[in-house]
Amino acid sequence: MILPCLILIPLLAGALAWAAARWNASAARWIALIAVLADFILTLSLWISNSHAGFAVWFAQTDWAWIPELGIRFHLALDGLSLLLLMLTFFLGVLSVLASWNEITQAVGFFHLNLLWILAGIAGVFLAVNLFLFYFAWELMLVPMYFLIAIWGHEKRIYAAVKFFIFTQLSGLLMLIAILALFFLHHTATGVYTFEYQQLLGTAMSPTAEMWIMLGFFVAFAVKLPVVVLHTWLPDAHTEAPTAGSVILAGLLLKTGAYGMLRFVLPLFPRSAHAFAPVAMALGVAGILYGALLAFGQTDLKRLVAYTSVSHLGFVLLGIFVWNGLALQGALMTMICHGISTGALFILVGALQDRIHTREMDRMGGIWSTAPRLSGAALFFALASLGLPGLGDFVGEFLVLLGTYRQSVVLAVLATIGVLFATFYALRLVQRAFQGPNTHSWRIPDLVPREGLVMALMIVALLWLGLYPRPVLNVFQPAVARLEQLAPGR
Amino acid sequence: MTGHDFVALLPLLILAATPIVVMLAVAVHRSHGVSASLTFAGLAISFGSLWIAAPQLPRQVTPLLMLDRYALFYIGLIVAASMVFVLLAYGYFEKREGDHDELYILMLVATLGSAVLVSSSHFVSLFLGLELLSVALYGMISYPRRQPLPLEAGIKYLVLAAVSAAFLLFGMALVYGALGTMQFGEIAAELAHSGFDRWLVLPGMALIVTGFGFKLAVAPFHLWTPDVYEGAPAPVTAYIATISKGAMFALLLRYFYQTRAHELAPLFIVFSVIAIASMLAGNILALLQNNVKRILAYSSIAHLGYLLVAFQSSGDLAPTAVAFYLVAYFVTTLGAFGVVGILSDSTRDADLIENYRGLFWRRPAIAAIFTAMLFSLAGIPITAGFIGKFYVVAAGASAAMWSLVIILVITSAIGLFYYLRIVVAIYGEATQVKAGPTLALPGTLALVFLSASLVFLGVFPQPLLALIRNLTRI
Repeated sequence: MILPCLILIPLLAGALAWAAARWNASAARWIALIAVLADFILTLSLWISNSHAGFAVWFAQTDWAWIPELGIRFHLALDGLSLLLLMLTFFLGVLSVLASWNEITQAVGFFHLNLLWILAGIAGVFLAVNLFLFYFAWELMLVPMYFLIAIWGHEKRIYAAVKFFIFTQLSGLLMLIAILALFFLHHTATGVYTFEYQQLLGTAMSPTAEMWIMLGFFVAFAVKLPVVVLHTWLPDAHTEAPTAGSVILAGLLLKTGAYGMLRFVLPLFPRSAHAFAPVAMALGVAGILYGALLAFGQTDLKRLVAYTSVSHLGFVLLGIFVWNGLALQGALMTMICHGISTGALFILVGALQDRIHTREMDRMGGIWSTAPRLSGAALFFALASLGLPGLGDFVGEFLVLLGTYRQSVVLAVLATIGVLFATFYALRLVQRAFQGPNTHSWRIPDLVPREGLVMALMIVALLWLGLYPRPVLNVFQPAVARLEQLAPGR
Repeated sequence: MTGHDFVALLPLLILAATPIVVMLAVAVHRSHGVSASLTFAGLAISFGSLWIAAPQLPRQVTPLLMLDRYALFYIGLIVAASMVFVLLAYGYFEKREGDHDELYILMLVATLGSAVLVSSSHFVSLFLGLELLSVALYGMISYPRRQPLPLEAGIKYLVLAAVSAAFLLFGMALVYGALGTMQFGEIAAELAHSGFDRWLVLPGMALIVTGFGFKLAVAPFHLWTPDVYEGAPAPVTAYIATISKGAMFALLLRYFYQTRAHELAPLFIVFSVIAIASMLAGNILALLQNNVKRILAYSSIAHLGYLLVAFQSSGDLAPTAVAFYLVAYFVTTLGAFGVVGILSDSTRDADLIENYRGLFWRRPAIAAIFTAMLFSLAGIPITAGFIGKFYVVAAGASAAMWSLVIILVITSAIGLFYYLRIVVAIYGEATQVKAGPTLALPGTLALVFLSASLVFLGVFPQPLLALIRNLTRI
C-alpha cells in the first residue's frame, strides 16, 4: 500500500493546498511541505526496511486491475533503481517547496497544486511497471509543468512553455505508437493482450520491427534527456521557468528520460539497442562537448546552468549505452548528483535573481563582498559541477569515463575534454558573477536561514555521495547487474 | 406490430410524445421554465424507459427499425446529451429576449430524428431520421431570428443539408437500382455474392458517403462547419457538434459494418483520404482562427478524422473505440460549448479568445473546467479524451495502419498549438476587469456534471468500457 500512497499523497495534498490557499497562502505552502516530507520519509523507510535484503527486484509491489481486457493494470513496483530516483524526487521536492516559499506570491495554491502533481507524475513514472500506466504518468507530468512555466515563469514564458509541451507531447505520442506496436506484436506471438512490463520482456519480433519500436521509445526519452538535436526546448524551458520549475526540470524530468532508457529501451530491445549503441554513444559525447561549449558562451546565468545540463546528461547517455557495469554505475551516480548540484545552482540563481532582478552576468560581479554565504555556496556547486574529486559528480563522471575507456578510447578522450570545458564554464561563472570588484555597488541581503538550510542539505548530500558512495551504489547494484547480463555479446 | 414491439419502441414513443405535450403546455401558458422542465422530464422518462425496453431486445420493428443493444446504447447517449443541452440552453436563453419555448420543441424533434437514425436498418428510416434532425436544426440554428449571424448560419445549413440529402437520395436510388433492396441486411447479403453491378453500386455508395460526409463535416465536405458553428447560439452549436454528428457516425458504423461495403477497394481508399484530409484540414486551419467557436469547429473536423481512423481499422477494437471516443467527445464538446454559453451575455456569445484572457484570475472554477475540456480534446491524461485517443490509436495500430496512425499523431501534436493558445489566454494577465454575466444555475450544474464525468471516465474507464463491449457489438 505504500507505493500508491507515494502518488496519492501529493495528488490529494495538491488539491487540498489549492483549496486552503483561498483563506491562507501560507497554509498551502505548509501542506505542500508536509506532503512531500511525508513521501520522503516513506521512501526512506522503504530503503531502510529493505536494506538487509539487498534490493533484489521488485521488493514492493501493488497490482490492481484497471482495464483487464487489454491487460492494463495499475501495477507499481519498486527496485533499487526506482527507489533511489524516488528519494531524489522527494528530496528535490522538499527543496523546491522551500525555495519557492517567498518567490511565489501569485496564485500560491494553484502553484503548489501543480508542483505536487508533477511530483506525483514523476513518482508514477519511476514506479509504473505497466506500459499503459507508465505512459499515463509520463503524460501527466507535462500539464502541471506547462502551467508552472506558463504562469510563474519569466519574460518569454509562453514561448518556452508551448515549445516544451509540444516537443514532449509529440515524442510521447511516438512512444505510444511504439508501445502499441509492441503490445500487438506480443499478442501475435503469444495470443495474450498485455501491457505488463514483465510479460513484454523478451517478446519475439523481427529485427526490423524491434529497431523501429526501440527508436519510438528512444525518441521519447531522448527528448526528455535531452540528446543533442532534440534538446532545443531545454534552454528555453529551464531559463523561463520559476526556480522550483527549473529544479524539477533539471533534477527530475531529465532523469525520467534516462530512467526510461534503463528501464525500457535496454531490457525490452537488447539487440537493437546494442546495434544502435554506437550512434547513441556518439550523440552522448556530442552532447557533452556541445553543452559545455554553449554553456561557456552564455551570459544569462540560468541559461548557462541549463546548458551544463545538456553536457552532464551527455555523460548519462554515454554511460547507459557503453553498457558495462562501471559505466552504468557512473550514469546512475551522475543522474543523482546532477540532480542535486544543478538543482542547487538553479536555487542560487533564483535567489540571486530575486534580489537583483537580473540573470545577466554582465550586471553582476563582486557579489561575494555583499553576500558571502550565497557566493560561497555557488562556488561549492560550481566546483561540484566541474567534477571536483570528493563531490558526487566526480564519482559519476569518473566511473562513466572508466567504463567508456574499456569500450572506446577515442570516445573516452573526447568526453574527458568535455570535463575540461566544464572547468572553464564553472570558473567563469564564479569569477564573473561573484568575484572581482563590486562595480554595480550591489547591496543585497545574504541567504536567509531557510535558504541556508536548503543549501546545507544539498552540500551534505553531495559530500556524502562524493566521499562515501558505497551505500548508494549498493542499492543500484542488482539493477546494474541485471542490465549487464542483458548486454549482447557478453 | 405486437405489444412487445411497442415496448421496444417505448423510448422513441416517449420522445415523440414529449414535443406534443410541450406544445400543448405552451398553448395554455407560455413559460420558459415550464417548457424546459417538461422537456427535461420527457427526456428523463425516455432515458428511464430504456431499461423497460431492454428485455425486449434485439427486436426488428417493421423492416425499418432495428432496436438492438447498439441502438439502445446510442439512444441513451443521445437522450442524455439532450438533457445536458436543456440545462445549458435554459441558462443561455433565459438571459435573452423573446420566446424560447419552441426551441425545446424543435430540439425534441431533432433528438427523435437522431434516435431513429441510430436504430434504422433501412434507407427509408435512415432518410426519415435524417430529415427530422435536419429540418429541426434549421430552426434551432437561426432561433435568435433578429440577429444576422444565426440567420446566415441557418440559411447556409439549410442549403448544404438539402444538397447533401439530395446526394444521399441519389446514392440510395443507385444502390436500390443495382441490388433491389433498401434493407441493410439484404444489401449485405447481395454484396456478399459478387453478381452485382459494380458500376451502379460503387457510385451509389460514393454518393451515400458524400451525403454522410456533409453531415459529419469531414473534409472535403466541411466548408459549412465554421460558419454555422460561429453563427449558431452556443448550446445549439454544441448540439450540432455532438448529437447530430454522433448519431450520424453511429449510423455510418452500423451501415458499413453490416453491409461491409467500406471494404470494397475504392471505398477503402475514399475513407482513408477523407480521414487524412480531415485530420490535416481540421488541425491546420484551426491554427489560423481567433474565434473560439471556429477553433472548436475545426477541431471537431479533426476529431471526426480520428474517429474515421478507428472506423477504418474494422477490427474487434473498432466499435469499442468509436463508442468510447464518441462518449468522451460528447462530454468534452458539450462542456466546452457549455462554458462558451455560460460566459455569453445577453447580446453576443463569448467567442473571441480575448474574452477568455485572464479568465483564471476572475473565475478559477470555470477556467479550470474549460481547461479540462480543452485538455480532453487534446487527449491529455486523467481526462476521458486521453482514453478515447488511446483506443483510437490502438484500433489503428491493431490493423497495422501505420501511415494513418502516424498522421493522427502528428496532426494532433499540431492541434496542441491552438488548444494551448486558448489555455494561454485563460491563464494570461487579465485585461478585462469586469466579471461578466452571473452564472446560471442549471448550466453550472451541467458543467459540474460534465467535468466530473470527464475525470471519472479518464481515471476509471472500465465501467463504461464494459458497458460498451456488452452493448455495441454489431
